[in-house]
Amino acid sequence: MSVPLVEARGVTRILPLTVPVRLVEDVDLAVGPGELVAITGPSGSGKSSLLYLLGILDAPTSGEILLNGEKTHAMTSDQRAALRLRGIGFVFQFHFLLPEFSVIDNVAIPMRRLGALSGREIEARSADILTRLGLADHMRKRPEQLSGGQRQRVAVARALANDPPLILADEPTGSLDSAASEQVFEILSDIAGQDGKSVIAVTHDTDMAERMDRRVHLIDGRIVSDERRRPERPTGRAPGPGAAGIPLE
Amino acid sequence: MRLLLEIALTHVRGRARQTIVSVAGVTLGVGFAIAMAALMQGSQDEFVTTLIDAMPHVQITDETRTPRTQPAERAYAAVEIHGLRPRDDPRGILNPVEALAGLRSWVPGAISAGLNVSGVARYGGTDRGVSILGIEPEDELRVSKIAQDMTSGKFSDLVGGGFAAVIGDSLAERLGAGLNDSIRISASTGVARNFKIVGLFHTGVVATDETMVYVRLKSAQVLAARQNAVNDIRIRLGDPDAASAVAARAEELLALKSVSWQEANESILEAFAVRNIIMYTVVAAILVVAGFGIFNIVSIITHEKARDIAILKSIGFRDRDMRLVFMAEGALMGGLGGALGAGLGAALTAYMGTIEFEFREATEVTHLPVTWNWIHYAIAVGLALATAALAGYLPARRAAQGNPVDIIRGAT
Repeated sequence: MSVPLVEARGVTRILPLTVPVRLVEDVDLAVGPGELVAITGPSGSGKSSLLYLLGILDAPTSGEILLNGEKTHAMTSDQRAALRLRGIGFVFQFHFLLPEFSVIDNVAIPMRRLGALSGREIEARSADILTRLGLADHMRKRPEQLSGGQRQRVAVARALANDPPLILADEPTGSLDSAASEQVFEILSDIAGQDGKSVIAVTHDTDMAERMDRRVHLIDGRIVSDERRRPERPTGRAPGPGAAGIPLE
Repeated sequence: MRLLLEIALTHVRGRARQTIVSVAGVTLGVGFAIAMAALMQGSQDEFVTTLIDAMPHVQITDETRTPRTQPAERAYAAVEIHGLRPRDDPRGILNPVEALAGLRSWVPGAISAGLNVSGVARYGGTDRGVSILGIEPEDELRVSKIAQDMTSGKFSDLVGGGFAAVIGDSLAERLGAGLNDSIRISASTGVARNFKIVGLFHTGVVATDETMVYVRLKSAQVLAARQNAVNDIRIRLGDPDAASAVAARAEELLALKSVSWQEANESILEAFAVRNIIMYTVVAAILVVAGFGIFNIVSIITHEKARDIAILKSIGFRDRDMRLVFMAEGALMGGLGGALGAGLGAALTAYMGTIEFEFREATEVTHLPVTWNWIHYAIAVGLALATAALAGYLPARRAAQGNPVDIIRGAT
């Protein structure tokens, strides 16, 4: 495997409560470019916690997270935010769209924050992503006017806005019916491998997990199995500044 | 930045009713602060202007601040003098012609030399204690506003020849005398002369209107039985604020007590300073209270929008971006309240300026004194903005520091 896109080395996360809670314990995991990885496990096994650690949204109590081989532990909060903005797209179980903004404005937010494109370019790119996800007719609507599946697709579109090499999805189909779940899964599956994009999805859905390239199973915060069902996908994009093109600020 | 402002605006719009209440609080605070400042400053300015108009800017008298050094004190190191009395008491400014010429060479204003004599005015069997001021009318008109206070006759009629006097209207009323009547004035020296009343004045200052008698300098010197004597030099400056410096220099040159109008009214000016401190403290307190409203609404918004904060941070917004969003909300409310408050303050000030009232003893109608000063607006709006920014900053800092994972976990 080439340089991992994201790597956890001996990562432990303990919640410092009155009785400390171990969310993730001594996890080693490396995900390369283009992989579609399922993280499974029973409730409370630390799946989401591991996902947030991989997305540098949370910091490990011990161990380290590397993105493109770059250690993130010593990074400032601003540096981690910049890295998330350019290199990581999050999709949560509940769409978490901003209710006051229209669909297209929600998708535009990451691009506007990055500031690399003009207003017209941002609008065009947002419209393009939404069209590819089958939401061309809903761009000017508010999130509350959409169905659950449509909202989740908007959330995926927002995650893709800055063209990040890594998509992290936390139970992306957990609140959807089977048809909408299938749609979202197909989209995530299509994304994986495109231009070397990797998708790591936490899921309870065993059928979905079975259809993914790799399945990492957690129990009590520890990885108990890491099965690769398909060989690593070839990446379609030459690595940029980092191995998978995650630009570092 | 525009994106952050848009987010802030959506939050504020989402809480329209509470926002209106908060903005109204700031508006009222700023508006009344400005109106109060305009009134306080107006009354102070009017008082000071009256003071400056009514009295000389610098007054030099034939006194010294410390007793003169005696020859024995100069000759011996240890001398104690008790019961010292001069053989003669020729009070007055020595060499007044030289002193006046010296002053005229550098003082940027008009100078009038005078002689103060105390005495009694008698008319028709009525006696009144008076303060007689001998002046040269031409010079006096340059240093005082007495010409504007004349109610009958002309001040310049004093030069018409003979013994003539211009007296206060209250004094004339007390004596029962009128224009062109002849009153007898006796000085403390025992010299008495009949003076024809050639003018009456009303300054509005009771003590002046009831006791002051203007006569020509020569007439006062006759009453004082002292030829060429001058014991009072009064100066009116182009710039009243220069009075302290002019008084200090005059005192140094003439070795006579020189009092500026500021020194003469030091206690009143101190009282104004204390009043201003109290006023601005109250203004600040009003605006801080208004700031509580903003703090409240921003706190509610940060609580309501905790999930949005977590999402925006997961997207890649920095902590300071989130702080800016909520501080912008506070500043928006403070800015809007400040702008509306400035308008309200201007309207209240304009209205107060039209209010008329009459004093029982005065015949003229008086308006509430108000001053239009952009500094009042700058201070009130600036304080409102600062309070609002602080009120927004405190909840914003807390919201920005929150761990997004905790919020997302809570939401899921």
